[in-house]
Amino acid sequence: MTTTRIYVPRDAAAVSVGADEVAARIEHEAGARGLDVTVVRNGSRGMLYLEPLVEVVVNDARLAFGPVTVDDVPGLFDAGFLQGGAHPKALGKTEEIPYFAKQDRVTFARCGVIDPLDPEDYAAHGGTTGLRKALQMDAEAICQQVLDSGLRGRGGAGFPTGIKWQTVRNAEADQKYICCNADEGDSGTFADRMLMEGDPFTLIEGMTIAGLAVGATQGYVYIRSEYPDAMATMRKAIELGYALGWLGSSILDSGKDFHLDVRVGAGAYICGEETSMLESLEGKRGQVRAKPPIPALAGLFGKPTIVNNVLSLAAVPDIIADGAAAYQAYGVGRSRGTQAFQLAGNIARGGLVEKAFGISLNELIHGFGGGTYNGRPVRTVQIGGPLGAYVPADKFDLAADYETLAGNGAMLGHGGIVVFDDTVDMAQQARFALEFCAAESCGKCTPCRIGSVRGVETIDRILAGDKPDENLELLLDLCEVMTDGSLCAMGGLTPMPVRSAVQHFPEDFQRDNPPGASTSSSARVTN
Amino acid sequence: MQTTSGQWDSKRAHEIITEHAGMPGALIPMLHALQHAFGYIDKSAVTPIAAALNLSNADVHGVITFYHDFRDAPGGKHQLQVCGAEACQACGCRELMTHATEKLGVQPGETTPDGMFTLNTVYCLGNCALSPAISIDGRMYGKVDANRFDQLIDTCKAS
Repeated sequence: MTTTRIYVPRDAAAVSVGADEVAARIEHEAGARGLDVTVVRNGSRGMLYLEPLVEVVVNDARLAFGPVTVDDVPGLFDAGFLQGGAHPKALGKTEEIPYFAKQDRVTFARCGVIDPLDPEDYAAHGGTTGLRKALQMDAEAICQQVLDSGLRGRGGAGFPTGIKWQTVRNAEADQKYICCNADEGDSGTFADRMLMEGDPFTLIEGMTIAGLAVGATQGYVYIRSEYPDAMATMRKAIELGYALGWLGSSILDSGKDFHLDVRVGAGAYICGEETSMLESLEGKRGQVRAKPPIPALAGLFGKPTIVNNVLSLAAVPDIIADGAAAYQAYGVGRSRGTQAFQLAGNIARGGLVEKAFGISLNELIHGFGGGTYNGRPVRTVQIGGPLGAYVPADKFDLAADYETLAGNGAMLGHGGIVVFDDTVDMAQQARFALEFCAAESCGKCTPCRIGSVRGVETIDRILAGDKPDENLELLLDLCEVMTDGSLCAMGGLTPMPVRSAVQHFPEDFQRDNPPGASTSSSARVTN
Repeated sequence: MQTTSGQWDSKRAHEIITEHAGMPGALIPMLHALQHAFGYIDKSAVTPIAAALNLSNADVHGVITFYHDFRDAPGGKHQLQVCGAEACQACGCRELMTHATEKLGVQPGETTPDGMFTLNTVYCLGNCALSPAISIDGRMYGKVDANRFDQLIDTCKAS
């Protein structure tokens, strides 16, 4: 009798809704019934609304069942799910589920498919192809490929990755560094976590290629402490990478070295800002640095340093393996390639959607996401984390790419889209943006440190009906000071959610009107 | 990552400080290691850390107090974090936090009188498609309503 392979994700999101218990129950039931099964703990396919998503390999195809509870497991065995038997939780072939089939899986092509810590599985699915090719190329050619691909920083800033790499390559120094920013603190985002937990070797490979491209021999992955599973998976993968000769001295017998370590953040949102992260890596308070000098010339320990987001670096192996043109073929305008959109908040089908730039917000929120979880109308979405704009429902025809969003007072950020229903109180959301900034400001510059506190106070006065018109004007004036006067994006972009809330939902700031009496067409319930 | 709190041991602390002193950018990993070992970073550690890294006491104190994760006093047996960020706000985390404070009888940042739970707000656990999310001792739970919260608390108490 041959063994049947069953996949149950190890991803922290899947585990958060019972994947460990489901996996244990499957092994228990199989044992009790004398059936030979091998349970593989894969990453998540990204259809988080279906987690725990169990897959069974039948005739070389992966059949999906989900969301599976512990109590479903005996019934699944009774229904013969190991042979693809009919069951209410059966979803057919995983790759034919429309949510998955309609995506452009490039960076996340392996995530959820392979065992994240099985290097053979990784290599069998195209892993190390990019690295092997890069080892045959000269450094300039690697940088040129990345530049030609059109890849831009996926952390949110959208700076052309290839230009950053060329700058570091051209800098003269005895030591250079590759620093991966895995301090994914934006609410509504989880793509970095999913990739590190589901396909860690891709990030390692991308960082190694970056090292070859610029002449850096040491890399650090800076992971936030809120991600213990990502940390553990990355550490284990790095250990395996060293054992296989994919990392360390003379990688793949090339004579070239690349060393990699994990460093852990300590609960400071600001450390997702690149210079603050470098300070933290150096063992200091995570206070932002004034630029110039840019990190590409004077970064970690004063040396030329690439600071890239997880997804920027993870895109590189494919770009090198398949060529810049293949990646560049995706997307629109100056937004090339694919973006890992993350559908979050009050959403029926939340999860990760990797799609070429240019897809409309409507298609993401309603097409993929299915609207709200509780069935109420969508009132707004916040795009790009706590510093991103609130976009009202009548603007969902906008395309999700860097330029279109920026041209409409919003930003793509790290690609998180948080859905709110019609009960959301936008004045509270605006207040929270400033409250969050007050809590997380590094304190270095005054507009951010003091402005955020004064902003909370001003909104409180507006909500208390204390000279609301004058205070609203004052609030917008303060937003201008913060935008223009802050040292980094924390203070500089906190006004974005505040202004968008005021602009699109002015009725929510008029508290002399009793709740529910607003002129908005949507029913609103205030807290 | 959270661990159970323990007894401060100056000798062991000194060993941890020495083990980490040589690495580049040693301070944060050193502080994590100390907190992992003892559940907090005793104020008595500031001077030996400063000496090992050739820093001033003020530098070390400044770093410890900058980061939310580091504590200078023992926390509860279980570290409970309720996400308070936007995706969870869209799914009722404000109400969940109110429920948590009522159930445990403490405010965010406080430890229950029996020393069982330290309650904190966290800004994003990265479980934003399965909100509201909480974390107990580093393990994440999604789609947590008041009932599930109570069950998880009761399970911790029974363990």
